[in-house]
Amino acid sequence: MTTPTVAKTAKLYIDGVFARSESGRVYPVGAVNVPRASRKDVRDAVRAARAALPGWSQRTPYNRGQILYRVGEMLEARRSEFVAVLGGGRPAGREVDATLDALVYYAGCADKLAQLGGSVNQVAGPYFTFTIPEPVGVVGVVAPERPSLRPLLEHVAAALCGGNTVVALVSEGAPLPGLLAAELLATGDVPTGAAALLSGLRAELLPHLGSHRDVDAVDAVGCSDEQRRDLERRAADHVGRVLSGGATGAAPSHRLALASLELKTVWHPIGV
Amino acid sequence: MPTSPPTTSARPEPGTGAGPVPAAARVGDGPRRGGTSASAASAPAAARASAFVYAPAPEATDHLRLRDRYPLFIGGRFQPPAAGVHRPTINPATEEMLAEVAEADAEDVDRAVSAARRAFPGWSRLPGARRARHLFRLARLVQERSRELAVVETLDGGKPIRESRDVDIPLVAQHLFYHAGWADKLPLAFPGARPQPLGVCGQVIPWNFPLLMLAWKIAPALATGNTVVLKPAETTPLTAMLFAEICQQAELPDGVVNLVTGGPDTGRALVAHPGVAKVAFTGSTAVGKQIQRSLAGSGTALTLELGGKAAHVVFDDAPLDQAVEGVVNGIYFNQGHVCCAGSRLLVQESIAEPFLRRLTERVGRLRVGNPLDKNTDVGAINSREQLERITELVASGVAQGARLFQPACELPGRGFWFRPSLFTEVSPSHRIAREEIFGPVLAVMTFRTPEEAVERANNTRYGLSAGVWTTKGSRILWMAQRMRAGVVWANTFNRFDPAAPFGGFRESGFGREGGPQGLRGYVELR
Repeated sequence: MTTPTVAKTAKLYIDGVFARSESGRVYPVGAVNVPRASRKDVRDAVRAARAALPGWSQRTPYNRGQILYRVGEMLEARRSEFVAVLGGGRPAGREVDATLDALVYYAGCADKLAQLGGSVNQVAGPYFTFTIPEPVGVVGVVAPERPSLRPLLEHVAAALCGGNTVVALVSEGAPLPGLLAAELLATGDVPTGAAALLSGLRAELLPHLGSHRDVDAVDAVGCSDEQRRDLERRAADHVGRVLSGGATGAAPSHRLALASLELKTVWHPIGV
Repeated sequence: MPTSPPTTSARPEPGTGAGPVPAAARVGDGPRRGGTSASAASAPAAARASAFVYAPAPEATDHLRLRDRYPLFIGGRFQPPAAGVHRPTINPATEEMLAEVAEADAEDVDRAVSAARRAFPGWSRLPGARRARHLFRLARLVQERSRELAVVETLDGGKPIRESRDVDIPLVAQHLFYHAGWADKLPLAFPGARPQPLGVCGQVIPWNFPLLMLAWKIAPALATGNTVVLKPAETTPLTAMLFAEICQQAELPDGVVNLVTGGPDTGRALVAHPGVAKVAFTGSTAVGKQIQRSLAGSGTALTLELGGKAAHVVFDDAPLDQAVEGVVNGIYFNQGHVCCAGSRLLVQESIAEPFLRRLTERVGRLRVGNPLDKNTDVGAINSREQLERITELVASGVAQGARLFQPACELPGRGFWFRPSLFTEVSPSHRIAREEIFGPVLAVMTFRTPEEAVERANNTRYGLSAGVWTTKGSRILWMAQRMRAGVVWANTFNRFDPAAPFGGFRESGFGREGGPQGLRGYVELR
């Protein structure tokens, strides 16, 4: 008789906690019972992300950059585990490498965004005027089905580096690498609630993410055209942003980080 | 030319006829400046009689040569609308007709989009420096015809000539000039990418800054190599028609700018046209949401500049006289028909009483009346429809228990007018504290701590602008960081410049206008 292994139960990551779906539902992926998140899980994740927003957005960009780098350190340390969950072999190794590159890129991007997207404005009058990027708020990230790790972490990191908090839907068909990545966020010092990772059925979860008034923007990188149309229609009820920046196979870019930022222009008179 | 209504300062004056005001008899009638108190808000208006009485100083209109009827501007030529329908545009200060303007239907819109599509390859391939020349030329012609444009803007829209002359039209020229300079420098605005124009831009603009909004839309679109079909607002089409003449004078290539006048149906036809690659809309949040919904899944690029309910925060260390001027400018500029108007005043409790005393006194001195008079502070409400909306919302404020202050000025007998209004004892749940009024109506609330000011300022679905008055530099930056708005004016308000990006957070829309950031809405990056 063989001794059973101590297999890891797949969990959602909401408000800094590894949890089953509040609904108690699962769906099978291979031999694994994967949590099937519900509307209430989305709601709880958004609420936690909103609560985490002031703290995360007011960290210094340097600090946010270091935390994203730390997430990369955690990935490097657990490379073999991720290669295995990605199916092993060279393609899985390349996927981990590309994910590391993305994390390091956005770690170094956090404290450049004001200079890349902002400006001092030369106005025709005695005013000092500048424009700075600010987080849009809570960003929903809809990760592509495949690859299942790099685009997810790239888009989560891009949103986080500018000071947003994130609620991400991991790949529906290959959720395990994404769910495992929650452990990188948790041990990489991403603050409680600042990033949530949910598995479940797209068709069920997308409407809730798209209609939630406290989701300021949705990065629809992993959406089909039909899903995107539905998200855009729902976003119109609260003038939500549906981001189109970045493609699944694109190299990391500061433009992806800027896409989830608002611009604020500040004026002050010059005088004695 | 139409007759003009008289200007009345915000105090009782005998009659509203064209006869001269017995100025001498009024000088010194009232108490000295500063001699009134907030509690006198409901006292007879004579108690606030101004020490300043001005003789009428109307701007001349005899140099204008308006046509009786304006067709559409399509493919570089004035063309009659397919269905032959025209509608009058009136002077809101007199309700007299100024001209008839074509009503474009879907067929006309289609013709305009086709003209813009035909013009696109040539215009987009033109070297940037050549496009720049055209835009510079447009800017110069606007400057040359600035007086005419200012007077027509005031006649058609009701805004004080002082504003159209000193704010609107100069900014129009500057906006064109500024963007002309970008046309040959676009790669510098997008390092590491190749910016490409999108195609035909369908643009729909509001009636509050008719020609300025046209410039905000057209200048960046043209500089980046796009062509344009623009729909001016229904009540204020005339300066756009003059701009069409300017396009002809400037020898702008045919079809680069097309203007289709009309109402909501015209706008819908334009926004929904499959030949339009990008839609830019400035207007109400309700219409913006409709447009966003209608374009879902279409792949059409979209920028929206929508409504606002800006908080104007005054701390106890603010320079009070300057802050009073800023607050007055913030809400009564252009009759409050300003999406970024400072319509919610948040004043620190410790100075609320003296501040409101000064503020009501100042509001009592605003001169309401003939927009063509160079001394007028508050002109005519843009339309009967808008006047009804303002009236209804103000009535709701009274009904919900807020306390209304209005100077008892006499208003002209004809035209659309609304007294500068100020509500105290406002609760954040009142409609006047939540809904955009788009009129000269200020809702006053108080706060105790900076944290409370931020919380109250951000207690809105909008996020277009915000203001803060304090002498403490660190507090300015602290407030600016926390107020959720696309523009924060510190110790000033309602400043605009083509180099300074403008646009909203949240339900005030997305996308920016002005600055290199404003070009982003008109290019695809490859």
